Amino acid sequence: MKRGFLAAFSIARKDLRTELRTRESLNASASFALVILVLFSFAFDLDRDSIYAISGGLLWLVYSFAGALIVNRSFARELPNDCLDILIASPAPAWALFLGKTVAAFLLLIIVEAISLPIFGLFYNINWTTSFWPLLAVITLATWGITVVGTAFSAVTVNVRLRELMLPVLLYPILIPLLIAAMGMTSGLLSGNIAGADRGQYLRQLVAFDAIYTALSLYMIEFILVV
Amino acid sequence: MPAVAVDRVWKYFGDYPALRGASLSVERGACLALLGRNGAGKTTLLRILAGLSKAAQGEALVLGSPARNEGVRRRIGYLGHGIGVYDDLSAFENLLLFGRLMEMDHPVQAAESALERVGLAHVKDGLAREFSRGMRQRLAIARAFLHHPEVLFLDEPFTSLDDRAIAVLQTILAEARARQSTIVMSTHQIREAMDLASDVALLERGKIVHSGPRTAEMMADPTWLYRTFGEPQ
Repeated sequence: MKRGFLAAFSIARKDLRTELRTRESLNASASFALVILVLFSFAFDLDRDSIYAISGGLLWLVYSFAGALIVNRSFARELPNDCLDILIASPAPAWALFLGKTVAAFLLLIIVEAISLPIFGLFYNINWTTSFWPLLAVITLATWGITVVGTAFSAVTVNVRLRELMLPVLLYPILIPLLIAAMGMTSGLLSGNIAGADRGQYLRQLVAFDAIYTALSLYMIEFILVV
Repeated sequence: MPAVAVDRVWKYFGDYPALRGASLSVERGACLALLGRNGAGKTTLLRILAGLSKAAQGEALVLGSPARNEGVRRRIGYLGHGIGVYDDLSAFENLLLFGRLMEMDHPVQAAESALERVGLAHVKDGLAREFSRGMRQRLAIARAFLHHPEVLFLDEPFTSLDDRAIAVLQTILAEARARQSTIVMSTHQIREAMDLASDVALLERGKIVHSGPRTAEMMADPTWLYRTFGEPQ
């Protein structure tokens, strides 16, 4: 088990290092998030209540699309020079390869979210710092859910033609329960108008989604990669 | 116990059987040249042995265990069609990563020593994408042999190598043979294969049609094997 975690750490570090050198997905994802947030702020002339009502939906649509751009590269990054073969042939268990890649994608998406959240607050005149810690918990849980499912589908589609199109088609239907909870809780936290029962329900939904799909992906990845 | 034992292995791509009950045995310390025309199933068989693919039927054992066994993978080396190095990592970072994945005790020293052996120590911090093709090939050889594997699977290792990379590969293969490592190498370059091989197997349409020691006839006439055991063209 310890060897697996060490291998996962090596893979995550390698993915982050290569991404920070090339900035292939980071630039695309951050630019996309910022452009959509800025464009939407000019596209609609909404009153204060409406802005709060759509804030969670807008934020999580942007984050989930930005996340797709990042996870798309997770396994595709291994295709040049057949590097994926070398990783699979190594003694590192498949779950460790998957975990390392998911952690790297998670951290990259967190960077994009950290860049775009202040811009969101600025352009929509929303003070997100008042509920910072609960918001951080929602962002962490939902971002992990997006990256864990996204990385699994990145492995499924790695050898598929038009994988850039296939990945979102497969990913978003699965993400619906996660996005509903993240959107509801984010809107509620930003408006300061969320009942304790709703908060607990959304939180349980996020934790359950993460737990189920993390366990399922870690178990299935060997069968996905070695056929 | 043979180092490699393949018993009636079948592999399908869709409905097409790429391997049709292939059986093969390679003793420890042997160097097997796996010959066959394009599409015969050489790469498919090597991928199953390297743990990259699963057989639909039959059994493929390496060092007495299934090829996907983690303990086995620690003891094998694989050099496929792709060079298997990251363009955006330096030569040293590439080898360090694989040293760590191979769970070596001293990956830093191993990486430095391997770079020295293949003549890349002076560019250890250069990114692989800035290397010439020959340098990248030598880096790939260093990567495959980094952990001194007991069993080596090489898929057409001499194809498109430059003269320096061929010399490096031949030296390292000779060292591996001296260490009693087992080598299974697919190739089209029969003369180079015959120089290294102790055994020869011929794969035709997914079946091993001949397997045995290298003979004087094979050395004298590289086409003898195909003429004697292969299907007529």
